[in-house]
Amino acid sequence: MRFKQLALAAALGAAAFAGPVRAETVVKAVMHSDVKIIDPIWTTAYISRNVGYMIYDTLYALDAKGDVQPEMVDTTDISADKLTYTIKLRDGLLWHDGTPVTADDCIASIKRWSAKDTLGQKVFSTFVDNMSTPDAKTIVIKLKEPTGLLLFALGKPSSNVPFMMPKRVAETDPNKQISDYTGSGPFVLKQDEWKPGDKIVFTKFAKYKPRTEPASGLAGGKVVNVDRVEWLAISDAQQAMNALAAGEIDYFEQPPHDLLPLVKGDANLKLVTGATGQFTMRINSTQPPFTNPKIKQALWYALNQEDFLKAAVGNAEYYKTCKSFYPCGTPMATDVGMAGLLEGNAKKSQELLKEAGYDGTPVVLMASTDLPILTNLSPVAKQLLERGGFKVDMQSMDWQTLVARRAKKDAPNAGGWNIFNTAWVTADILNPAMVGFMNASCEKALPGWPCDPALEKIREAFLRAPDLATQKQLAADAQKEAIAYTTHIPLGEYDQPIAVRKNINNTMVAPVPVFWNLTKK
Amino acid sequence: MFGYVLRRLVSTIPVMLIVAVFVFLMLRVGPHDPAAIIAGDNANADQIAQIRQQLGLDKPLLTQLFVWLSAILHGDFGESFFFKKKVVSLIADRIEPTLALAICTSILAVVIAVPLGVVAAMRRGSMVDRLVMGFSVLGFSVPVFVIGYVLIYIFAIKFPILPVQGYSRIADGFEPFIRSIILPSLTLAVVYVALIARMTRTSVLEVLGEDYIRTAYARGLTPLQVLVRHALPNAAVPIVTVIGLGVALLIGGVVVTESVFAIPGIGRLTVDAVLARDFPTIQAIILLFSFIYVMINLIIDVSYTLLDPRIRY
Repeated sequence: MRFKQLALAAALGAAAFAGPVRAETVVKAVMHSDVKIIDPIWTTAYISRNVGYMIYDTLYALDAKGDVQPEMVDTTDISADKLTYTIKLRDGLLWHDGTPVTADDCIASIKRWSAKDTLGQKVFSTFVDNMSTPDAKTIVIKLKEPTGLLLFALGKPSSNVPFMMPKRVAETDPNKQISDYTGSGPFVLKQDEWKPGDKIVFTKFAKYKPRTEPASGLAGGKVVNVDRVEWLAISDAQQAMNALAAGEIDYFEQPPHDLLPLVKGDANLKLVTGATGQFTMRINSTQPPFTNPKIKQALWYALNQEDFLKAAVGNAEYYKTCKSFYPCGTPMATDVGMAGLLEGNAKKSQELLKEAGYDGTPVVLMASTDLPILTNLSPVAKQLLERGGFKVDMQSMDWQTLVARRAKKDAPNAGGWNIFNTAWVTADILNPAMVGFMNASCEKALPGWPCDPALEKIREAFLRAPDLATQKQLAADAQKEAIAYTTHIPLGEYDQPIAVRKNINNTMVAPVPVFWNLTKK
Repeated sequence: MFGYVLRRLVSTIPVMLIVAVFVFLMLRVGPHDPAAIIAGDNANADQIAQIRQQLGLDKPLLTQLFVWLSAILHGDFGESFFFKKKVVSLIADRIEPTLALAICTSILAVVIAVPLGVVAAMRRGSMVDRLVMGFSVLGFSVPVFVIGYVLIYIFAIKFPILPVQGYSRIADGFEPFIRSIILPSLTLAVVYVALIARMTRTSVLEVLGEDYIRTAYARGLTPLQVLVRHALPNAAVPIVTVIGLGVALLIGGVVVTESVFAIPGIGRLTVDAVLARDFPTIQAIILLFSFIYVMINLIIDVSYTLLDPRIRY
């Protein structure tokens, strides 16, 4: 009995000296969508990409300036003839199951990614001769001819991102979804707690070895300062804002712009920098009246960016006009070819339509009504186009119907379409090889199917450009040609701030919402 | 009676078959392409076609229908296009919150509405009657989501005593469960309180004018005795009909309420599945809802025999 009392006293004493147990730091977030698919190679959905950044790592990544930086890589040696890349992995890289990351894993991952991703396909099928692994930590990539885009492609920031996966996972057919979510990223997916439609949970990967450089953009040290991150599925924006105000969540990725005053009016909340986007009008080049180049040119004069931005975003603090196909402020941005365009010159538009012999064929404008950021674009487009002399048939539908219908090549009056408005995350449109709507390879292009061999030739040359100066020149040439052909029309840029509780700090300024570096007091 | 129930049960088979074929065709005939949604915005035509092939959506319509119906006969409702889970297990995961919401709402609605309707009938033309009827009109007219937002503003934001959103499972504790279910149940109950209170008032008023009620009063019974022994049992058939239909109509209400309160139930699953054009999930949910509807109707019909001895099948 006495012994038991002594043992209890000793235990209590030890507990007192050990101090208080540290509470688990949990960040609860509402992202732009519920997570239904994890495999970020199988789908290009942004939410799957965002999960990818939680649980996987990349060989390279873009920093805040848009420069390619090593991430899982220690050293990169490029031969003098620029045909051999010798890439050494960092020490201490582990998969979540505790096994080391090897070069074989990375090659299998690159192969799966490059079979799916448009840029990956282009770079790896055109330039890469072979890949080998002289030892467990070295990848050697031999090229058939030089390209300045190999490392950029491996550090591509948005869908599809070349995430590294264990070889056993990466060997899955690229057209089949993976079911083993072992990564080597800073967070581990708690698969037993993932309930689609409810929440997805990530915990800190204790054995993750961050780089020593400070985090910058998507590059640098991915230091995790929280124990657990939960993404809750709240589909109603007002409710997500209510939950943020009540302290039930800490982070709201995409609050609609009209709810931002609520954040500013609440002392417990604040806005931090999030992703930026570009509004875009896509034109179907296969259907009249836009089979006539002059009629397409009239669009450039009829539209103006300011009207779209005012209607869609409202507050000038969160938008800017940008007459460039590439995001303003990034290396390829240029206003070449844009003089006099996108200024709402209705008279010039009407003149061009008259010269082109426009017969009043109605332009079928597909208007999506369920995504708040896009909803107001189409009524503005209708008004501006009608002012410019077009006859417009605006047809409202939800975004998923629009996605299905835009793939139809039928005549607009038989279930097809002429134009629709959408938005790109700027990380997806950094150069002519990445801008999906600049792909002018006819049948193989994205819906709208522009067919312009001259533009394709410039995009091919861009892949071979040896340096930044040449890349910039070719990006400008591509823009000029895309304007002349009218693949699509940029309608201005917007910022999408993230709303957080005041005790959330050090969020990363990056094109993708990431949860490393972030702290919660 | 047994024969009647058996006949009704057998008749559900063709009803369910018609519903199944109708839903299947409606989903396929419309301009929907789950493959394009799954593939994402940056996907090219080849990627979309590959996914379409994997999902079996490239096969002829009749083949798809035959494959689906035969699978159902084997108890297999298919796999969700998006969740990569069997639809049955997906629904099983979501049934608890919806069931909890439906039961709590029904209890709340009946407990509040029947006394309100009775009081309004007993005091016909009084201020109480007018208040009840005024509330009834309001309950019908205000959309569920507006009621939800107002209740949230009052009880979760202005006076933070209840959570704004979410659902806590019963297994995680009764107190958090009750706290999480109060606001959604109240929100959803308002319209049913309005409906049931109105029907109770009308039904009780009708009975109160009958000769046997006058006789009961003449025998010296108190108003409460008249109400409990004579009025309510005779007014019960239409009230039970409305309660039963109300439970069936709850199906529509839970879709909105679960979306507003971020409750991971069948209603949310329905919205998610429809938005994502997740055909197997939509088909299974509609079959489930139809089955529930048919069963509730059967239960109501059978309950008539208990409430009114004159009704026999």
